[in-house]
Amino acid sequence: MEIQIRDLAKDYGTVPALHSVDLDVKSGELLALLGPSGSGKTTLLRSIAGLEQASRGKIFFGEEEASATPVRERGVGFVFQHYALFKHMTVAENIGFGLSVRPRAKRPPKAAIRERVLSLLDLVRLKGLEDRYPAQLSGGQRQRVALARALAVDPKVLLLDEPFGALDAKVRKELRKWLREIHEETHYTTVFVTHDQEEALELADRVVVLDKGRIEQVGTPDEVYDAPATPFVFAFIGDSSELPVTVDQGRVWLYDRAVPLGLDVVGHGPARLFVRPQHWEVGAPANGLAGVVRSVLRHGPGRRAEVELGAGVSVTVDVSDDHAVRTGDRIGLKPSRWRLFLADGQAVAPIPARRPAASGFRA
Amino acid sequence: MAMSDTDDWRAAAATAGATGEGFAARAVLIALALGFLALFLVLPLVAVFAEAFRNGVGAWWAAFQDPDGLAAIRLTLIVTAIAVPANLVFGIAAAWAITKFRFPGKSLLITLIDLPFSVSPVVSGLVWVLLFGAQGLLGPFLKANGLQIIFAVPGLVLATIFVTFPFVARELIPLMEEQGTADEEAAMTLGASGLTTFVRVTLPNIKWGLLYGVLLCNARAMGEFGAVSVVSGHVRGLTNTMPLHVEILYNEYEFVAAFAMASLLAALALVTLVLKTFLEWRYGGHLAGGRGH
Ligand SMILES: Nc1ncnc2c1ncn2[C@@H]1O[C@H](COP(=O)(O)OP(=O)(O)O)[C@@H](O)[C@H]1O
Ligand SMILES: [Mg+2]
Repeated sequence: MEIQIRDLAKDYGTVPALHSVDLDVKSGELLALLGPSGSGKTTLLRSIAGLEQASRGKIFFGEEEASATPVRERGVGFVFQHYALFKHMTVAENIGFGLSVRPRAKRPPKAAIRERVLSLLDLVRLKGLEDRYPAQLSGGQRQRVALARALAVDPKVLLLDEPFGALDAKVRKELRKWLREIHEETHYTTVFVTHDQEEALELADRVVVLDKGRIEQVGTPDEVYDAPATPFVFAFIGDSSELPVTVDQGRVWLYDRAVPLGLDVVGHGPARLFVRPQHWEVGAPANGLAGVVRSVLRHGPGRRAEVELGAGVSVTVDVSDDHAVRTGDRIGLKPSRWRLFLADGQAVAPIPARRPAASGFRA
Repeated sequence: MAMSDTDDWRAAAATAGATGEGFAARAVLIALALGFLALFLVLPLVAVFAEAFRNGVGAWWAAFQDPDGLAAIRLTLIVTAIAVPANLVFGIAAAWAITKFRFPGKSLLITLIDLPFSVSPVVSGLVWVLLFGAQGLLGPFLKANGLQIIFAVPGLVLATIFVTFPFVARELIPLMEEQGTADEEAAMTLGASGLTTFVRVTLPNIKWGLLYGVLLCNARAMGEFGAVSVVSGHVRGLTNTMPLHVEILYNEYEFVAAFAMASLLAALALVTLVLKTFLEWRYGGHLAGGRGH
């Protein structure tokens, strides 16, 4: 079931939490809402569920206007960060709850509920735990039960608010893979909230990046990582360095030094240049922006250097094992891939093609 | 290795010194507390039972053959049977509203709930006299319609409800605050109605706290003297509750009968204490923050 959100706004008293959000969720897709704390992810998710009353705007599930339907008839499955399992009920009673509270006419017989519960336990890989109480389960197991409980009513859409936020790193990774598998088996239209970009990029079909109650970008994980639409997205997703530059007569200047971008740029005035650590070419000082290596640290499989370019600007650079870069060395840097945002925000220079400076490029 | 041995030894010595000093202080404090308890709680309790049974069990039992005494017991039971359920409903409703919704005037409501605890019981009684008494605000209206509230059972019930209404609400608010709204929200998304959510999700979450609050409310409802005394009018056999009857008997030098009646109230207090302790011991985690009163 596809979800359409039109001009959705929400404020708490005078505090705006969402400004005019438009979003389409495709049927059967796994969509991540990603953003820093306080960016409005939970508010958006809860509005879709009907747990929060939007101040303005509409939400459609398919043809039906969901925003005109109360929560209990909206047909959403909601998974909470802290599970919200019913403590006094067994796992089976928890999962069967949604079916057992249906009006008598629509309530399946006990045996059918039991059968559905057992098949869901199978789906979430918790066979044999049906008679346990939530207190007797680990955090990861509890969240699996919570998902099974949400799926039991065959929801139109599945909504998860930081479902793995309360779990330790190892279990998180495990459950991430598990959720992807379950999604592939069931194909529920799913929206999940996370502030963990790794989780969003690894798990989702598409990612919605939110900041201060606004959508900054919607795209596949590759799109938001390789072609960030705004300075915020570039800075928020992945590692990067920002250079305060000026565009003048087709060239980009860091104070009085020309930045070697390999092609001309249209536009004029102050701008922000973003480069990821792995997209710097390291060479001789005369061959690019000269800088001094301030530190070199182990970073995963490679090494990462802090290079000071002068005037209080430093950048983070991945150095390959072929370069014997040491602290104190003077080196020259040239960005192979980069992105430039003019100060007025509108005129954003497009990203160059993957091969550096090969194809044409105009702002 | 040697270094850490020395440290251990020093630490041990320091602890021993501290506990040695602490022991004396603790002993004094404990003795003080126990002595105080004995003087002000145990002694009076013993005195009540000693006086009640001074002339034997027969005399104690005979005290309850008096029709006025029986009427007082019956009246106390009636008042309690109305006041406690009323405050049960009110307490749940107030705690629910305060913890599950945001609305203007919420902090005022929280303050108001505590009012009966901070107001003198005499004032709590006088409020009703001022409202419903013959010279009161609604006095003429009541009189015209032949309704009697003050110096009658309705007044006793009102005064008792007022004095005891914080107990349930105060027990539930921190408990429900701590539990949040996620369970209810989960139930709602699963299609449960408000009533079903309350009965199957909220109530099981708060039942021990609720029982605890009801217990305290009940003890106070049966034992309340001040507020009830103001609105009662002390009509023997008609508007005297147990505590009021005790006073009357005592003033008439019927010591055995007075203490016999008092021994019932004291026994109620003891039963309440035992149940309360049991609840705290067994379900401490399910009460508000595990704290006692
Ligand atoms: N119940 C509330 N009352 C007032 N402000 C709120 C409430 N819930 C959220 N907010 C505010 O709305 C904004 C968005 O919050 P939220 O949706 O929870 O963000 P996120 O889930 O991305 O961390 C924040 O500024 C937050 O302080
Ligand atoms: Mg959130």
